[in-house]
Amino acid sequence: MTNDNSDIVLSARDLYVHYGDFLALKDINLDIKRHGITALIGPSGCGKSTLLRCFNRMNDLVQDARIEGEIMFEGYNLYSPERDATEIRSRIGMVFQRPNPFPKSIYDNVAFGLRINGYTGNMEEAVERSLKQAALWEEVKDRLSRSALTLSGGQQQRLCIARALAVQPEVILMDEPASALDPIATLAIEELIRELSNDYTILIVTHNMQQAARVSDETAFLMVNDDRAGYLVEFDATSQIFTNPSDERTEAYITGRFS
Amino acid sequence: MQTTSQFNQRLPLRKAVGTVLYFVFLSAVLVGIVGLVVLLTQILIQGIPWLSWHFISGFPSRHAEEAGLLSALTGTIWLMFLTAVFTVPVGVGAAIYLEEYAPTNWVTNLIEINLSNLAGVPSIVYGLLGLAVFVQFLGLGQTLMAGAMTLALLVLPIVILASREAIRAVPDTHRLAAFALGADKWQVIRGVVLPSSVPGILTGTILAMSRAIGEAAPILAISALVYLTFVPTNPLDRFTVLPIQIFNWVSRPQDEFRGLAAAGIIVLLAILLSMNALAILLRDRYQVKADD
Repeated sequence: MTNDNSDIVLSARDLYVHYGDFLALKDINLDIKRHGITALIGPSGCGKSTLLRCFNRMNDLVQDARIEGEIMFEGYNLYSPERDATEIRSRIGMVFQRPNPFPKSIYDNVAFGLRINGYTGNMEEAVERSLKQAALWEEVKDRLSRSALTLSGGQQQRLCIARALAVQPEVILMDEPASALDPIATLAIEELIRELSNDYTILIVTHNMQQAARVSDETAFLMVNDDRAGYLVEFDATSQIFTNPSDERTEAYITGRFS
Repeated sequence: MQTTSQFNQRLPLRKAVGTVLYFVFLSAVLVGIVGLVVLLTQILIQGIPWLSWHFISGFPSRHAEEAGLLSALTGTIWLMFLTAVFTVPVGVGAAIYLEEYAPTNWVTNLIEINLSNLAGVPSIVYGLLGLAVFVQFLGLGQTLMAGAMTLALLVLPIVILASREAIRAVPDTHRLAAFALGADKWQVIRGVVLPSSVPGILTGTILAMSRAIGEAAPILAISALVYLTFVPTNPLDRFTVLPIQIFNWVSRPQDEFRGLAAAGIIVLLAILLSMNALAILLRDRYQVKADD
């Protein structure tokens, strides 16, 4: 690795994704900067969630999914045969569209990732630290043994973020993390994302362009044509994308001329 | 705006049809309930005078006043226990494989169809299979072991189907969340899938067990032995069970034995109902824990 690349954490090179005979993504090249927030935006079906799931090999779980090209992560290809998807996922965490806490206690939700990854430190401290990082500690510290399902939607999503943080990943992938939440809970999540970007590299898929403009440092715009294969149109600093996009399709999308 | 001439609403007729159907459906429910109540009262009236400590702790006898069902009762409990030991690991294991590991292709489809069919095979067929394979071919003889293995075959499809239902009810988002934390397949199953599906698996298993101990036909095929004056102490002992003891008493010409049979039915029903109650209890307890 050269010095020039040292602030690049993940980079996709000539990435193609197939589901059986169906080509879902083509020719993606993308560099993700360390401790930045990169937003993936684009119309429905453009493959932005598919792209996100390439970065922690969640697509491996889909029958018939096939990935060509490479994603470099700290000098290694995520998809080279000697790399283990399980290990990768413990270093590149993920938060899903709908809050999906386990039907366990709040404590056990956060401790789950620690346990399965054989955490040897102080479990209680790690749980507390993760809940504090996710700005949830004050609200739940007196009821850690209650079921996570008793929390509100916004709290559940922050619990899911705490659960992901507990494993101490370097990168966090977020798949429309606020789309199932009300506006106030959404703002809380956005604030949290900004906060977390001091220590983590964050990739966020969002349908909401204001959200991308508010939280992200860089934005990738994906699109899809009649062949239904998503591709990258433009990738630049968020301020550039939203004020002075270089591609007219980007401009058309962000000004709401198609969706 | 409605043009009256184009509608013939016939409200009184519709209401009348509705009322008639309500009573048709209600009486359909009552057939079952009334039948059960009549059956229960008759059995209770006949059987209660015969219920006594001696009846529970005594061995069968040619004299009705001295007869008890200890050997059949312990046989039933033994059989239930052994059947569970054989059924639970195999049934739950098969369900986990089919739901979590097996790819969807024509082989698994075939297995699926056959499982549903096996659940409907008459129990006497399993009895004859057990007689041929376990009693004779494997040389287990007319023992508890052979009986339990036969009943295990009988209820396996039920346990597998119930366990699969329970496993399938676990939302995929929970599995994905665990995978995304770096869990491997077995950790996902152990940490997320099984805890959520245990109540369903337990309920299905207990109901399958209560089906097993009510069966007479397969046990008749394996062991016609009904006059047993000792308590089985190990899985290779010979045995009899409550349904067979009851069957034996019913087929006696003397009236007193009818009373004994009714008392035996009361005992068998008590066991069955308490197992069902246990199933409901366990399910509720786990559900409360999950929803809290």
